[in-house]
Amino acid sequence: MSTRLRWVLPFAGLLGCAVAHADQPTVPNTLQQRIAACTTCHGVHGEGSSGSGFFPRLAGKPAGYLVSQMQNFQHGLRNYAPMEYTVRLLTPDYMHEIAEYFSAQQVPYERKPVPNLAPSSLQRGEQLVTAGDPSRKIPPCQACHGKQLTGTEPSVPGLVGLPYDYISSQLGSWRTGTRASAVPDCMAEIANRLAPVDITAVSAWLASRDVPADTHPQPAGSIAPPLRCGVLQTSGGGT
Amino acid sequence: MKRLGWLWIPLVLLVIVLAAGWWLSQRHRQVLISPEDPAIAATLKDPGVIAKGRYLATAGDCVSCHTARGGEPYAGGRMLPTPFGGIPAPNITPDRDTGIGQWAFNDFWRAMHEGIGRNGEPLYPAFSYTSFTKVTRDDAIAIFAYLRSLPIVHQPNASLALRFPYNVRSTLTAWRAVYFKAGVYQADPSQSVSWNRGAYLVQGLGHCNECHAARGAWGGLNADTALSGGRIPEQDWYAPDLSTQANGGLQGWSRQDIIDVLKNGQASKGAAIGPMADVVAHSTQHLHDDDLQAIADYLLSLPARAAPKAVSASFDSKPLADRGSSIYVERCADCHGKDGAGVPGVYPPLDGNASVTEPTGINATRVVLLGGFPSVTAGNPRPYSMPPYAQQLSDADVAAVVTYIRQAWSNRASAVQERDVATYRHTPID
Repeated sequence: MSTRLRWVLPFAGLLGCAVAHADQPTVPNTLQQRIAACTTCHGVHGEGSSGSGFFPRLAGKPAGYLVSQMQNFQHGLRNYAPMEYTVRLLTPDYMHEIAEYFSAQQVPYERKPVPNLAPSSLQRGEQLVTAGDPSRKIPPCQACHGKQLTGTEPSVPGLVGLPYDYISSQLGSWRTGTRASAVPDCMAEIANRLAPVDITAVSAWLASRDVPADTHPQPAGSIAPPLRCGVLQTSGGGT
Repeated sequence: MKRLGWLWIPLVLLVIVLAAGWWLSQRHRQVLISPEDPAIAATLKDPGVIAKGRYLATAGDCVSCHTARGGEPYAGGRMLPTPFGGIPAPNITPDRDTGIGQWAFNDFWRAMHEGIGRNGEPLYPAFSYTSFTKVTRDDAIAIFAYLRSLPIVHQPNASLALRFPYNVRSTLTAWRAVYFKAGVYQADPSQSVSWNRGAYLVQGLGHCNECHAARGAWGGLNADTALSGGRIPEQDWYAPDLSTQANGGLQGWSRQDIIDVLKNGQASKGAAIGPMADVVAHSTQHLHDDDLQAIADYLLSLPARAAPKAVSASFDSKPLADRGSSIYVERCADCHGKDGAGVPGVYPPLDGNASVTEPTGINATRVVLLGGFPSVTAGNPRPYSMPPYAQQLSDADVAAVVTYIRQAWSNRASAVQERDVATYRHTPID
């Protein structure tokens, strides 16, 4: 902290001079101020957009996951034009700093609206999340995303507190190839094994679930992935 | 029946033309291994020459076009969009089958200097040989040495995605006659060494004019409009006029401003945005200080421009600008200041900013829609960013606020209309 302060102080001094100048705006020398491009949609603390919004929560997600998503947008593995443009010039160092910031945020979850589905559909969703569907070779979400679905360090994201629209569109994107991860892309395989009604069911059940008291991701090495996953191999996570 | 008898003439002519075209294309396919001149072969292995070539390849930003998104550097595969269709940048790693592994230096020289491919075919000027022709033979040898030292990547080249008739290479013969003159840069003895070095870099390897000048209907550039600014086709950004003198796009820029923007991505007068932010990140931030000074020396000497014709407003933009003024106070003034002066080194000024006042309004509109980060450079490793407003402002609101900033303070640029914003909202970002 003190070494950091030593670096910041001269700049703060400069800033002071700048402020004295006419009606120039004051600019806090914080990462939060620097990443306005991120926080406009994802929230100042990465809480995600409020209401039924599409923009996913970043707060508390494993930093490794957040970095790899930014890289995937840079490399064209994930396609969403505003994100691809925003992160295209970020260096690995800056991406890590931004990922650490969001990963460290602890903010309350907001309940998102969920479409009205038949109880049988929600049951199917719960079954897929907790037990999977062995007949279609679909492993349970919990196998990698954690018992409490809060994710696993360092690279598996939590699924709790995500909007229905976001989850269902991500599963759709894996099927259409507009979202991909390092090969072998296990999530693409799983998304393709799901029936369209399964996507609705699993997204709705996940989005309607209460958020557990402890939302920290599970520790690294606490899962045994049921499929071969490029993401888990390269980052050493999960195995 | 008899009246139609003459129809066979054009038919036969067509067959002859097609056959000739096929024969020419087959002739181009004959690939031979080119033997290397022994003196050059030794030079190509010299680590000093390779290091020099690496620097020059960086100055030329070769990697930007010759690398696909997420692909191996220099292995090609990026499709360059042109109004005539897509042209894939080829693999220039030393792979024997798919890269330049079988090339001799003379093959490379002919491509750079004459725009002629290894098999004698005219190259499409998406490869900027119109500029690279000015590169000296020694520099070309160094670049070739560097490319030959790259890790081998086997990646077959994508096929041309040009529309007819542009996909017929022989059409380039006419284009070349009008728009291309081969010739290494000739120093101007009345100018300083630094100025000449700057001119050489800007006109040659830097190929600045390929974006910073308006292209004619056939995609060619005229010598008399050099560096006077132009719209980048397909990518839809406006590369501003580079004159720092009266009525120039960079009017009032100092030598230090030019150096700052190329080195750090940001200067007191403005920031590099859009494709120029990429150029700074991949190329100019790595240039030596004396080369940056040389570029500044040269750009500072570009002549004053004619005063712009009074904007003939097709509609009264005052109500639009008035509405934009309140949006500005609400959304923009916190960072860019009520007076549009920005915050030095943090947020660029909007008053007198070349990207704000360029003739088309494309840049300001797209920056408001996209926001984002400027180049992340060694001199500015954690830059401040701008929120994207595409999700928050309607086309009408964006038109209003952009019109306001283009006409506020000392700015006197044309209004931007709602329909323009609608177009740029959907412009592809790559």
